[in-house]
Amino acid sequence: MPESAAPAFVSTTNACHLCMPLGACLAFKGVEGTVPFLHGSQGCATYMRRYLISHYREPVAIASSSLGERQAVFGGGPNLRQGLWNVITAMRPRVIGVATTCLTETIGEEPGPLVEAFLAELAGKNPGVTLPRVVTVRTPSFGGTHTEGFRRAVRALLKALARPGPAGSHLNLLPGMASPADLRHLKDVVRAFGLEAAVIPDPSDPLDGPIWDAYTPVPPGGTPPEALQAAGRARATVALGCMAGDASGPGAWLRDRFGVELLPLPLPVGLRASDRFFAVLEELSGRPTPGWVRAQRGRLVDAYVDAHKYLAGVRAAVVADEDLAVGLSGFLAEIGVHVAYVATGDRSGSLEGAVDAATAGLLREPPAVREEVDYYTVAEETRDLGLGLVVGTSKAYPLARDWGIPLVRVGFPIHDRFGAARQRVLGYAGTQDLFDRVVNALLAQQQEASAVGYGYL
Amino acid sequence: MTALPFEARRDQVHRKGDGTFRLACNRESLAGAVSQRACVFCGARVVLYPVADALHLVHGPVGCAAYTWDIRGALSSGPQLHRLSFSTDLREREVIFGGEEKLYRALTELIGRHRPAGAFVYSTCVVGLIGDDLGAVCKRVAAEQGIPVIPVRSEGFQGTKRAGYAAACEALFRLVGTGPTDGISPVSVNILGDFNLAGELWIVRGYLERMGVEVVANLTGDGRVAHIARCHGAALNLVQCSGATLALARRMEEAYGVPFRRVSYFGVDDMAEALYAVGDHFADRDPGLPGRARELVREELSILEPRLRSIRADLEGRRVAIYVGGAFKAFSLVKAFRLLGMRTVIVGSQTGTAEDYRELHEITDPGTVIVDDTNPLELSALLLEQGADLLVGGVKERPIAYKLGIGFCDHNHERKLPLAGFEGMLRFAEEVHRTVTSPVWRFAPRRAGSREVCHA
Repeated sequence: MPESAAPAFVSTTNACHLCMPLGACLAFKGVEGTVPFLHGSQGCATYMRRYLISHYREPVAIASSSLGERQAVFGGGPNLRQGLWNVITAMRPRVIGVATTCLTETIGEEPGPLVEAFLAELAGKNPGVTLPRVVTVRTPSFGGTHTEGFRRAVRALLKALARPGPAGSHLNLLPGMASPADLRHLKDVVRAFGLEAAVIPDPSDPLDGPIWDAYTPVPPGGTPPEALQAAGRARATVALGCMAGDASGPGAWLRDRFGVELLPLPLPVGLRASDRFFAVLEELSGRPTPGWVRAQRGRLVDAYVDAHKYLAGVRAAVVADEDLAVGLSGFLAEIGVHVAYVATGDRSGSLEGAVDAATAGLLREPPAVREEVDYYTVAEETRDLGLGLVVGTSKAYPLARDWGIPLVRVGFPIHDRFGAARQRVLGYAGTQDLFDRVVNALLAQQQEASAVGYGYL
Repeated sequence: MTALPFEARRDQVHRKGDGTFRLACNRESLAGAVSQRACVFCGARVVLYPVADALHLVHGPVGCAAYTWDIRGALSSGPQLHRLSFSTDLREREVIFGGEEKLYRALTELIGRHRPAGAFVYSTCVVGLIGDDLGAVCKRVAAEQGIPVIPVRSEGFQGTKRAGYAAACEALFRLVGTGPTDGISPVSVNILGDFNLAGELWIVRGYLERMGVEVVANLTGDGRVAHIARCHGAALNLVQCSGATLALARRMEEAYGVPFRRVSYFGVDDMAEALYAVGDHFADRDPGLPGRARELVREELSILEPRLRSIRADLEGRRVAIYVGGAFKAFSLVKAFRLLGMRTVIVGSQTGTAEDYRELHEITDPGTVIVDDTNPLELSALLLEQGADLLVGGVKERPIAYKLGIGFCDHNHERKLPLAGFEGMLRFAEEVHRTVTSPVWRFAPRRAGSREVCHA
């Protein structure tokens, strides 16, 4: 489409996507000692904090350069410097992740040079003091969705921190926007293969931490900056998600810059996708899948069989970020649910092919696959599909409520249920959790709708 | 006082008794301090949002609309249009070539689809910078569609949240005076500055109607475009919430001669005062009204008091921190906690004025810390220093309290319990009781005096 062509849509009602800086903040939260910092108006930081806090139920500090009218006209440099200085002195971070916003992108302010000049000045005035690394990333809301912002921030972190050197035996694992519990599980299974892998980024502890005895400005945990430094010397990068192999993604950047082999894989949701993931770990480690993981697989297949009749013939819609939408489609198809509709707010162009691949050989007819949609469109297009189940974020609740069908909440955000950080969908173990939730949602629906109220189902 | 994290904010924190009272306020948030405030757009959006039969279209990139989708628990007795999130979802193309055409098409499409009684069109940072003429587009669509289409000047960077309140009042004022006023009782009011969170406005409205007072319009809780259009025909404006709608009341007094009274519906004293004020105001037109107000209050208190007494026994002496959006609510909360035997040790707001803070200084006890536009680092230091047992705030404050092993009550947009009026006071007391007396605190490391839960 030529640049000046009219857009295909003119408005969005109940968006399925969020803005780029939110994704960037989430990625920054996954690096040890990092404070996310938005260069823009105060509101962006506060809104995103509220959004993340409602999901994770954890304090989420996101600093802002708090630009006002004067700065919008004369430039935000002085506020950026003052803001960085306040974060450095009050929070003592190891890294500050600066993301731009609509405001600073529209006035054309590039934060990189401003930050470099400020740090050089500080270093001159404070010899001997260790200053944090400041990583900058360009993330205007109008330029992409939160998942794109996440990828850009991961790439920016690697570009800023990764260093060349002799190749090691360690791996990089780029999991995308996974839940803290999924990240913990991924780390466990990788370790069980005897592999040393840096999960980049890893917000599992910063976004799902224990109670404190004193206020902790920068919660502990996350990928150590040293591991990012070493990422350029890794033996291979295992990247998850349907954009994992994208030429502008972080994995491709490591490959192109340092020659680190890139192994892109779909998100391991469901049996088949998990099998592929574990096959790669077997290959990389030269070891068979550990017994306890094989046992998880065995129990998962056993559960698939035990519950298959509860699921047969159920028609489902999936509404999620693209990586997860693909994973969920493959999973639902392999348990006998008819995936009728798959939608995402993302717009990478990769969804349809990825869903086809994930559901290959399992569906009698392919689902309708929609990118860049909003919930209004989803509601319009699913009205007559005879759906019995929705799997997606809690923003799909109004739709499920209107249709009178259960919603199994997965992904981000989940604002109306407890324990989002502890939810798993990855690997055999995560798939088992998800499978039980799907089956039970359907059983509960059946039980509540029944006049008899059977006690055995 | 404990060393505070930001030297530049020293004059925005004051402990009562430490020298002459002066608190800096109403200034831009300190960069890098992680203020709990949002922006101009947020201020306008939260005030206008509850107008339930209006289309609320956010002209900007998707974030501003996405983060405010159904953000407030502002209930409507009829249409639910306000709970949808409409955005022009601007892309690079419009940022370069302008977004007026897209806005026009969006408005036309959405008005055709939803048939709203009116539309508010919010400006955001990007729109302020690329210079779209919102006014012209709104005017054109209003003429074509035959409904009011009102631009809201809410570019995020053009001030603080208070500026957003002003933008909302400006937008509402354009609607006021456009409808017929016939048939309105001489004993009638508008309710300004209540947003019907969890149905609170209905409680207040119920009291007024029991007394025989007509309510012409709610601004904006359970609001309707047509009611707002004719609300200049009411005899009195009752204004709650310091910043949000006071400007509108002043404009209406100037333009239409509608007097206003400032009231609050939180806590027993303030709720009763509000009803007495209405009674007194109309005493010449309806001599029985003051008596009916007193009767209503007596009735409600006779139900409330015995139940409050038993709750108070458990709460006596506990220490409270209050951090809310508008300072006006803080006045009522200080008094409400006094009724529960609890002591306010910190009180602050995002958007208080010098006048607000002077009043807070007057009504609090010596030693109370008064704070403007605080942040997590500062607030947590103060909470620990002041030994608070409870924090009252919003979602962003909640994890700060919980992480430190402190009870929490939501008194913000997202609350699900109506806390206004006499029955609201009881519910509030019960809510405070539920959190403060929970057994879980004994396991929190700070209270247990153990450090064993520290992160490995």
